[in-house]
Amino acid sequence: MHSEGSISIWFFIGISLLGNGLLILGAGLYQLVHPPAEPVVLFALHANVWWGAVLAVAGAAYCYHFRP
Amino acid sequence: MNRLLSLAVPIHLVHLAPVDAVIVIFYFALVLAIGFYLKRRSNTSEDYFLAGREMTAWIAGLSFLSANLGALELMGWAGAAYQYGILAAHWYWIGAIPAMLFLGLVMMPFYYISKTHSVPGYLKLRYGESSRALSAISFAFMTVLMSGINMYSMALVMKVVLGWDINFSILISSITVAIYVGLGGLRSAIFNEVLQFVLIWAGALLIPILGLIEAGGWSNLRLQIERNASAEYTHLWGTLGSFNSNPMGIHWTGIVFGLGAIISFGYWTTDFLVVQRVLSAKDLRAAKMAPVIGAAFKMFVPFIVILPGLIGIAVLPMKLVGESAAVAGGGHSYNEVLPLLLARYCGPGLLGLGVTALMAGFMSGMAGNVSAFSTVWTYDIYSALFHKNANDRQLVRMGRWSTIGGVAISIGTAYLVIHFLSIMDYVQALFSFFIAPLFGTVLLGMLWKRATAAGGFWGLLAGTVSSIAMWAWVKVDPSALRYVALSPYARDMAENMYRALWSWILCVVVTVVVSLLTAPKPVSELRGLVYGETEIPSEGELPFYHRPVFWAGAVAVVFIVLNILFW
Repeated sequence: MHSEGSISIWFFIGISLLGNGLLILGAGLYQLVHPPAEPVVLFALHANVWWGAVLAVAGAAYCYHFRP
Repeated sequence: MNRLLSLAVPIHLVHLAPVDAVIVIFYFALVLAIGFYLKRRSNTSEDYFLAGREMTAWIAGLSFLSANLGALELMGWAGAAYQYGILAAHWYWIGAIPAMLFLGLVMMPFYYISKTHSVPGYLKLRYGESSRALSAISFAFMTVLMSGINMYSMALVMKVVLGWDINFSILISSITVAIYVGLGGLRSAIFNEVLQFVLIWAGALLIPILGLIEAGGWSNLRLQIERNASAEYTHLWGTLGSFNSNPMGIHWTGIVFGLGAIISFGYWTTDFLVVQRVLSAKDLRAAKMAPVIGAAFKMFVPFIVILPGLIGIAVLPMKLVGESAAVAGGGHSYNEVLPLLLARYCGPGLLGLGVTALMAGFMSGMAGNVSAFSTVWTYDIYSALFHKNANDRQLVRMGRWSTIGGVAISIGTAYLVIHFLSIMDYVQALFSFFIAPLFGTVLLGMLWKRATAAGGFWGLLAGTVSSIAMWAWVKVDPSALRYVALSPYARDMAENMYRALWSWILCVVVTVVVSLLTAPKPVSELRGLVYGETEIPSEGELPFYHRPVFWAGAVAVVFIVLNILFW
């Protein structure tokens, strides 16, 4: 939904994905440098790095495409 | 789940890092910002209660699905998958897909063309005021109670998962929901449901991916499930030949006729909580496409709900148990499988997103109930019974006040449930009493011209009363299960399936008999309401790939393939 003069819902979705993605990516990169004492299972895959990056890229694309 | 949670284990399941807390706060800030932004676009009753009827098929479809994708649903069905195996997927496939497609292709044109604001509103147009009053009062009452149960459940889950104080969770969630629904109405609820849908996938999708990697792929996962539980846990239909050959204690007739034909059709086609989302569509084609889009996504929800339950059987080092055993032994219950996997695979950041997805699910559940309550209260009770000449401004004002009132009653319900836990079981049972008969009444109203006002009212009443009577019969005399559910081995879920089937049949029979004995409505009063007297607008020269029926067919094919694949 994106009627004249209004902000699309997809823009809000983009903000959410971008913000969360950057925060998760940042936390993942920090853990790369400072590995935790009690890592989660499959820590070696660094899921928060690549998943955070995926969310951030998708969020940025949504923000750009549906910008007000 | 709630009995366990109320006696919660003293340690909480996960610990949030500062970055997780920031993600949670970011979500609350965004939700409130959306509410304040949308306030200026909610000035008329059409804006407030039907989101201006300008939603695209995608938004209406995702919201339609999302209204049913709450956190209780996620955690509960993941737990059910751990307990019963892949059989739990029936509630996502045969228990949803055919009904959603039927709503889109067959029923939506009548709802949409009649320009009704609600399902009770349709009953008023088709059957008259008495059927509307019966349906509206029961719906409003149950909806606001369900909202309170959502609130209570969220508070308890937050207590167990994060160690949060129950009063704090109730306060935060109720204030947030009251603000964003009160300000923006249905549009705000829909925006947040779509946001919740994305957050749930973003927060939960990693669990099955990492789980499958740890288990070594689907084939190895099946082997581990067979070793830790039994081979029956990975078959969808193969074990349903008798009541005692599967973990759920159910026969295929209960799944096909009780769940697939009655309960799911009743819920997905007449529960105003979900139908309201589709009524907000911008045109008839969007209204028909929305349930089809919802069905397409619904088919894949088991990937983030059922699969984690199965992964839990394979990889978790501890054996999860039932609620009472967990309380007595201090272990973890089935319903904790999703938070346990979240803690297993998700480090800082991802954990915050997962917890946020759960919160978003709970709040969205509350908001959905409150916005539906507000609409039914305003249109079908307040302006129908108390203030027949209310103008548009008064309707919007009443909508805002009833939203706040609905949240206040929900808070009261939440605290009532804290003190009288058994209320929760009764409320959930009560909710199921109305759904199956209502489907019979609406379906006959749409497809059979001869159905009369008296037939509709007495059929609805007979179906509802019989459902309550069967439930009470089994409560008083458990041996009655052999009659109600056709087997003494039937479990609760099987009993629900058969009770729904019998109450629907009784509703239909009474409606037909009374209708044939009473004078029919003039044909001129049935235009736009009944098949055969309603001109469905043509879809014109649309290419086939823009037609709802084409996509419904594609969804149906995938649905059949999935059922064969996991037979």
